[in-house]
Amino acid sequence: MIYFQGVSKAFGSHVVLDELDLDIPKGKITFILGKSGEGKSVTIKHIMGLLKPDKGRIIVDGFDISDYSKDEVRLYRRKFGMLFQHAALFDSMTVLDNVLFPLREHTVMSKKSMLSRANEVLEQTGLPHIKRKFPSELSTGEKKRVGLARALVAKPKILLYDEPTTGMDPLVCEMIDKLIVEVGNTEKELTSIVISHDLKAALATSHNIIMLYKGKVALSGSPDEFRSTKDPIVRQFFSGKIEGPMEFF
Amino acid sequence: MNLPAKFSFEIPEPILAWMGSAVKRVELSGRFIFYLREIFQQMFRRPFRQKILFQQIEFIGNQSVFIILLTGFATGAVFGLQIGGVFTVFNAEGMIGGATGIALATELAPLMTGFLLTGRAGSAMTAEIAIMKVNEQVDAMEAMGVHPIHYLVVPRVLASMIIMPFLCGIFMFIGVVGVYSIGVAVFHVDEGVFYEKLINLVKPADIMTGLRKMLIFSFIIAAISCRTGLAASKGAEGVGLATTNAVVRTLIFILLADFVISYIEVRWLS
Ligand SMILES: Nc1ncnc2c1ncn2[C@@H]1O[C@H](COP(=O)(O)OP(=O)(O)O)[C@@H](O)[C@H]1O
Ligand SMILES: [Mg+2]
Repeated sequence: MIYFQGVSKAFGSHVVLDELDLDIPKGKITFILGKSGEGKSVTIKHIMGLLKPDKGRIIVDGFDISDYSKDEVRLYRRKFGMLFQHAALFDSMTVLDNVLFPLREHTVMSKKSMLSRANEVLEQTGLPHIKRKFPSELSTGEKKRVGLARALVAKPKILLYDEPTTGMDPLVCEMIDKLIVEVGNTEKELTSIVISHDLKAALATSHNIIMLYKGKVALSGSPDEFRSTKDPIVRQFFSGKIEGPMEFF
Repeated sequence: MNLPAKFSFEIPEPILAWMGSAVKRVELSGRFIFYLREIFQQMFRRPFRQKILFQQIEFIGNQSVFIILLTGFATGAVFGLQIGGVFTVFNAEGMIGGATGIALATELAPLMTGFLLTGRAGSAMTAEIAIMKVNEQVDAMEAMGVHPIHYLVVPRVLASMIIMPFLCGIFMFIGVVGVYSIGVAVFHVDEGVFYEKLINLVKPADIMTGLRKMLIFSFIIAAISCRTGLAASKGAEGVGLATTNAVVRTLIFILLADFVISYIEVRWLS
């Protein structure tokens, strides 16, 4: 579904992606792991065409996105839903208007069917009671769920989650992990990509894990392959210890 | 020829720094021109965002009308006092309405309104957009395939160009009311004489000159304020920094534009 071929990206002299090759399968949940600052967010920004690679090709759904003009990239992004790390809800709009935003912008649905679709996803994410509230009145967990509802509402083919559980309490984490699985199960065609450094969640909820290290793939495989790997970098990431072969800066 | 043993020529540090910042300035202005082009392109794209346009018009109007009334009246009154003092010497108090009127219409009203609106409406635009930028709301918009210039900038630019000249007109009117009060109360000018001189001296063309200026200032205020907000850097201090920068930049560009417009009008159009 999504291929990276030799993708390099540097900011000034700081090389973030170094000839990265990726292969993300369709209709599955893929976790991208790596420590903070490893280039996980940069990777998904490339997938969405928000950043351009210095080198290499990115092929999504059969199309090489570097061939697209700026306007075409904007159209192309409508295939995606994205849940931002801090939800990134529009402060000036109610929950309902936030969720309606992608529909109003991109579809020619009638007002009624937009509303019923919005209510459907609000139901799915367990939020119908707060739809008239503004983001500033919500808890962090609720904001995340609204962000998820907004990402889902236009029926994307690819759903991107950027650190959906970072900084959340354990209950909210559990709930979000459940939602990721649930959403993945209901929409069979949907490709979910989850950026995370939560290894436990990755092992429990994903079909496929990719671990980034120093701008390259350290290991890519199923949760079982990750459990049984001998790769010292991955083992160290598992153990959560500072001592080991991993370089921090 | 006697060269020192070790000849070296180094460009002094301050000059290097200046060259560096000059290059950066050229690059920035290049990007700004690109931004302006983008505003014009996006202006004609569908959909037309009527609702946001009206919200912005209402917001700018509500926020600024009181301060415009207050400053307009005070400016007219103080100017009237000063001019009146001089005109009394020549027994020409009756002219204060006309004289102040021209100054208000062509220069004072647009410039003062421009400054006031930069501080009131422009800084609010910058802060609002900078907060959206810092909280990744602008990225979210991009990610949903919506052009931030189309959604955020175009309605603000259009709203400004609609409502700000109108506010400038209010400033002119209330300024004349200020002069009138002073003329009648302090200099005992006859009402009829005041009106006659006012209408004789201030031509509709003068009012148009002022409003035309304000139309250009409105564009400058909105375009620079929004741009600075969109370029805000991450972090809490990014918003504050963007807001101060936007105000300073806008004021400089308004003064520059004022000079250029006045020059063109005086040299070529009159
Ligand atoms: N727009 C940018 N400009 C400069 N540096 C950037 C930019 N985006 C990310 N970086 C740098 O790239 C590195 C990886 O960032 P990121 O992908 O956000 O990390 P993470 O894996 O924690 O999501 C960081 O060192 C960050 O400072
Ligand atoms: Mg990140």
